[in-house]
Amino acid sequence: MSTVWVVVIVSGVGTLALKAAGPVLFGGKQLPDRFTGVVGLLGPALLAALVAIGTFADGQHLVLDGRVLGVGAAAAAIRFRAPVLVVVIIAAAVTATARAIAG
Amino acid sequence: MAETSGDRGFREGAVAVVPMAVAVFGFGLSYGVLARAAGMGGVAPVVMSITTFAGSAQFAAASVLQAGGAAATAALSALMLNARYLPIGVTVAPWLRGSIWSRLLHAHLTVDESWVIAAEGTGRWNPRVLLAAGMGIWIAWVLGTIGGVVFGDVIGDPARLGLDAAFPALFLALLVPQLRSTERTTQVAGLRIGAPPPVIAALLGAAIALTLTPFTPAGVPIVAAGAACLIGLRRRP
Repeated sequence: MSTVWVVVIVSGVGTLALKAAGPVLFGGKQLPDRFTGVVGLLGPALLAALVAIGTFADGQHLVLDGRVLGVGAAAAAIRFRAPVLVVVIIAAAVTATARAIAG
Repeated sequence: MAETSGDRGFREGAVAVVPMAVAVFGFGLSYGVLARAAGMGGVAPVVMSITTFAGSAQFAAASVLQAGGAAATAALSALMLNARYLPIGVTVAPWLRGSIWSRLLHAHLTVDESWVIAAEGTGRWNPRVLLAAGMGIWIAWVLGTIGGVVFGDVIGDPARLGLDAAFPALFLALLVPQLRSTERTTQVAGLRIGAPPPVIAALLGAAIALTLTPFTPAGVPIVAAGAACLIGLRRRP
């Protein structure tokens, strides 16, 4: 079997196992009270990490490039309550413009 | 189930997901283009979008393959990036009460966007909204991938179109509504900080992720950032 298909199968099976472990093992069961505050904060923690990595990381390097301007413009659009799709388009357009100007 | 999972239903989830599905279609296009350029062929990227169904992980696997990396390295980097779905799955588990097949379906359709749309606040999730939003994102992701694979030559380099910056922008749009809280201060390690717990968790998560990025393989910083949610751990009574 080719390398590509090994990757497709292993990542497909592994990802479903990661996603389904909780629902299969704990489906319908309430988590202990101590953890109710924790699960509500997982979203902010993970999303902020994805924003930071998506803006500054290039592989294992931290860089400042056109994405910073794009995400900054997106932040301003969110501040003025722009719809999600407008926010995403502004980020892409500003980044693409910055790259075009920088050559 | 209605009394514990809010008033929103499948229809509300389907409506809420539309703008994000449009954005995800764009990401799917760029994934299709990059995967094809990485030598994955035309069919494998589409099968991967149907089965793995996780954007950042699929981008990572494609970039490893393009760099000539081994199958194990590519699969491992995809799974590292998806490790966050283990705790995410645990958060939605209490609200999934159907058969094993129903739970597997809901688990497969759990991605960042559907998870956030289905959140009812105070640690509760709505399974009907999760299903509808997850299906919307899945359809957009798969169709986008097909479009990218087929029309890659017309689309050109996705980075030129700034699509890589659209990714963090979408996550930022998902993050901001989650920063609201009824609590105005956060108690951490005996200190009282004058900001709500979600804001502290977000700042801490971003700081952990950026600090670890130069030193660990991709994916590890994101999972480690998830640990920032532990500031919400209540003391044993």
